[in-house]
Amino acid sequence: MSGSVHRVRVQIPYHLRNLARVEGEFVLDVAGPVTIKSVLDALERRYPMLCGTIREHDTLKRRAFLRFFASEEDLSHQSPDLELPEAVASGKEPFLIIGAIAGG
Amino acid sequence: MSKVRVLVGTRKGAFILSSDGKRENWDVSGPFFAGWEIYHMKGSPVNPERVYVSQTSGWFGQLFQASDDGGKTWFQPGVKGEDAGAPQWPPVKSNRFVYDSSDETGKPLTTHQWYDGTQHPWEFKRVWHVEPSLTDPNTVYAGVEDAAIFKSTDGGANWSEMPGLRGHGTGPKWQPGAGGMCLHTIILDPKNPDRIFIAISAAGAFRTDDGGKTWKPINKGLRSQFIPDQDAEVGHCVHHVAMNPQRPNTLFMQKHWDVMRSDDAGDSWTEVSGNLPTDFGFVIDVNSNEPETVYVVPIKSDSEHFPLDGKLRVYRSKSGGNEWEELAKGLPEKDCYVNVLRDAMAVDNLDKCGVYFGTTGGQVYVSPDGGDTWKAIVHDLPAVLSVEVQTIP
Repeated sequence: MSGSVHRVRVQIPYHLRNLARVEGEFVLDVAGPVTIKSVLDALERRYPMLCGTIREHDTLKRRAFLRFFASEEDLSHQSPDLELPEAVASGKEPFLIIGAIAGG
Repeated sequence: MSKVRVLVGTRKGAFILSSDGKRENWDVSGPFFAGWEIYHMKGSPVNPERVYVSQTSGWFGQLFQASDDGGKTWFQPGVKGEDAGAPQWPPVKSNRFVYDSSDETGKPLTTHQWYDGTQHPWEFKRVWHVEPSLTDPNTVYAGVEDAAIFKSTDGGANWSEMPGLRGHGTGPKWQPGAGGMCLHTIILDPKNPDRIFIAISAAGAFRTDDGGKTWKPINKGLRSQFIPDQDAEVGHCVHHVAMNPQRPNTLFMQKHWDVMRSDDAGDSWTEVSGNLPTDFGFVIDVNSNEPETVYVVPIKSDSEHFPLDGKLRVYRSKSGGNEWEELAKGLPEKDCYVNVLRDAMAVDNLDKCGVYFGTTGGQVYVSPDGGDTWKAIVHDLPAVLSVEVQTIP
């Protein structure tokens, strides 16, 4: 799948949609292998106001109360270089960035 | 006629309360950044239309916002929106607060005391306080948790730590208070540009006389029950410090317990709690026209963070402390169990000094007559974290 550009559907939490000034789901162009990292890289390039809100500056560590879901799997603890399922890479299913339920 | 603009940070967004110099009728705008914790917002004294905001969230971390039109519209410094043309790269860093541990300019990332007495590494959590420069609208300081001070000279687009403070040799003895190990007070000396005062819970107050390169603890005279050594240089839980700019060597402090005063820029402190019904509290401020007139809001105790007997009261001293009078006119007489947090009191610069404070119950009170009478501007905001006021000619 490397070398081509994939159109990846992405959903982000309400507050981040407000910050990025987008409504609902959107599509990102992701070059090369579709991994957690490549999707987040593309997301931050297109919406730089989100830098630091999903993963920390410099370390790129996932923020503790956010989760990454794809194809009904929680991929939050997987390597950022994990290739996402074909259904996400092909645009059939979205990549979900979810705010954890915390605080009641 | 002059106007006032009250900047209110709450647990769930920011609000701006505006009035003319009479301070009788108010317009309320907001919430801005709805749903986010707004620890502090403050306007530039040089350009009042420039307002800086600390926006934070347990989920999404720290953001930094600014306005160039007095809060009508907002932007993240340095961020270009998608509609500004080509995508922006490298990324924006207006919310990048990274401790400086570089060989060239920084200090090693040391440890501080944790709640259980063990040592714990410094970890950035949020910006508690923003302090715009007195001379340059693009220069602004940020007091953060875990305690450190950062500076931006480009309007908040990029931040650098002033590492001399965190790297002070006493760092391993600093410890978090109940709210975290926060640097919550920054006071710029209007007569000496190299002098800055800061305060940390729970480390104490510090001062630099060389523009932030080196810092010294200024805690002599403070007594804290929770420190075994009563003459300890650091470890004191200072809740807030206030200064009247006309008299920058005189400082007033609300400590965990005790109201304190210094007349030598913090080199020594004396207690001025006097006849206060309780000297626990968080806020303290000084009348803008009368440098010996001081305001506090006594809170029952460190175990019960609400006013005595359910009566919300401001206390005023016109003698620089020790002799305090109760101010009650217009404030709740019963069943009031709110708190007033450390950055939630401010004064304006009008001829008849206005005094403002906000509560964890969501009320913001104003006294347009120096404390004689009070009125709630709003009753039902989210819990108020901070109040600042701008006097606009």
